[in-house]
Amino acid sequence: MADLEDRIRESQRMGIQIAKESEDDRLMTLSVGPQHPGSGHFRFVVKLDGDYIVHCDPDPGYVHRGEEKMCEYRNFIQNIPHLERPVIHDSTNITYSYSLAVEELTGIQVPRRGQFIRAIASELNRQIYTLYWLAIYGIFLGHSTMFMWPAGDRELFIDLMEALTGARVTHAFNIPGGVRNDIPNGFKDKCLRQITYYEKRLKEYEDIFYNNPLVRQRTEGVGILTKEDAINLGVTGSVLRASGVPYDIRKAEPYDVYNEIDFKVQYMQTADSFARAYVPFLDMRESCHIVRQLLDKMPESGEVRAKLQANPRGPPGEAYRRVESGRGALGYYIISDGTPKPYRVKISVGSFRNMLALPHLLVGAKMGDMPVIYWALNYWPVEADR
Amino acid sequence: MILPTHSQDSYDRYYMVTIGVNNTKPWPLLLPIYATRQIQLSNSTYRSSSNSPPTDIVGRPSPPSKPALSPEQDPVAFEKGIAGEILVKFGQLAHIIFIKHLRIKIAVEPSNIIRLATYLRDRLGFDHAESVTGTDYPKDNQVEVVYHLGSYTRQDLAGQVISVATRTNRDDPTLPSLIGVYKSVEYHEREIFEMLGIYFEGHPRNERFLLPEDWADIPPLRKEFRIKGR
Repeated sequence: MADLEDRIRESQRMGIQIAKESEDDRLMTLSVGPQHPGSGHFRFVVKLDGDYIVHCDPDPGYVHRGEEKMCEYRNFIQNIPHLERPVIHDSTNITYSYSLAVEELTGIQVPRRGQFIRAIASELNRQIYTLYWLAIYGIFLGHSTMFMWPAGDRELFIDLMEALTGARVTHAFNIPGGVRNDIPNGFKDKCLRQITYYEKRLKEYEDIFYNNPLVRQRTEGVGILTKEDAINLGVTGSVLRASGVPYDIRKAEPYDVYNEIDFKVQYMQTADSFARAYVPFLDMRESCHIVRQLLDKMPESGEVRAKLQANPRGPPGEAYRRVESGRGALGYYIISDGTPKPYRVKISVGSFRNMLALPHLLVGAKMGDMPVIYWALNYWPVEADR
Repeated sequence: MILPTHSQDSYDRYYMVTIGVNNTKPWPLLLPIYATRQIQLSNSTYRSSSNSPPTDIVGRPSPPSKPALSPEQDPVAFEKGIAGEILVKFGQLAHIIFIKHLRIKIAVEPSNIIRLATYLRDRLGFDHAESVTGTDYPKDNQVEVVYHLGSYTRQDLAGQVISVATRTNRDDPTLPSLIGVYKSVEYHEREIFEMLGIYFEGHPRNERFLLPEDWADIPPLRKEFRIKGR
């Protein structure tokens, strides 16, 4: 020690500055940036101490398009096509919640067959989104078969949605008052055939991915989010259900025809990344049962949407409606001032709420566990930015 | 005592409810559901600063009188029970804006909001804040922040969302942050800071979140910010 002090004094006399090694010098700041494919369109800055993350700072906003502000310039019907852009795969759910809120404000009644078709489209969209997310989760764990298989099986549901709405993604199917058009002939049989095939495929997914010892080793015990933390941080969707809270909007606050459907809320108690990856899979399986019941109970004929005036408007008021989307509770808070354009639309998305769990879980984890934790949070950057 | 007048009409759900200091009926501490029939209706103001009710919130004048519903028939009896409990504790400080099926909206002054939020979290069981909304009301020269609170732990509060609203003046707005009560409001309040310009006292980072760092214009959700070309 004294030797070191002597040498420092010697070099200072010679005019050489010696800086003491400070705490900050040991840390490396890494920007897991929007260009990195492993992060989506989202940036978060981590400080690394060797291999361990000591600080994480999310920096969203790269895909912020001002959806809420744009809603104030268009009337209630014109808002549908741009409101589905935050999540193009799950576009029925993000417009479902909006339609429910507008119907409450304007007093439009949705015919029964329209309600069933909306629910069927919502469940099919849930499959489309969850399969896409599962594909991404697989590839970022290094499991490329798990990228190809869900992406291929997703085509089943995209074909169904194309037959139903005319578009593969961004369907613009829901409008306040019902759905845009009726189901085509032969849709019911095709849908049942696809679902029967798909349920067999789900068993294969379990074999290749969820029972894969490598995947299990990488995800079990990683990123534990306790139940108290999950409730305090206000997370939602599959993240919440993986931590042991059986909360699903379709059960807590049934909308449309969900109170006539018999299904169970899927949740797990282990609260690690494996649970957060497995709960959407269980949701998908349950969703198949729901679609079968919906197709069964749907009335044979009837109107699919209410007849709308040119500029639907309602008395001044506000409405807050929520829907269970792929990421969690998607809520719309719409304030109307009596004109055909909304005064304020606030979209409460599951991804934005789940973002709070990211710094909480990443601090203390290894950098190699970062994709496991981050993608298990079911975070969709485009939706969080709106 | 005027009985609650509200119609069964599904659209007609707005009425203002306050409890006066000179209330003749004594409130029991734990309000049973049937006692909510004794709520006095009035069109009292939401904030003492403006003398007329804000036109953006109050929907329509009081509906014509109809016979009051018994608690078994009343579809919002449970929500009225919750609202009654809050009024018992806060009296004049909390104004109920509306009570609908699974939705209650309460208005408080900014100085009381932390007390009300702590009460809602600890005594009533609303354990998380779902989202926080900021709205600009240039006609009243105010900005409003609404906290939507929900409950994950209590089964009977499963679908309930209580909206707690505060208002402050539009020029140089400051509000106390609820981050000490609900951790989940951190990013929402930060977004409201950048979108509306409201400074939250007690929030660790009042900074840009979604907007780029070099944003040089006024906060975008203000009404005077116009989208180009519209």
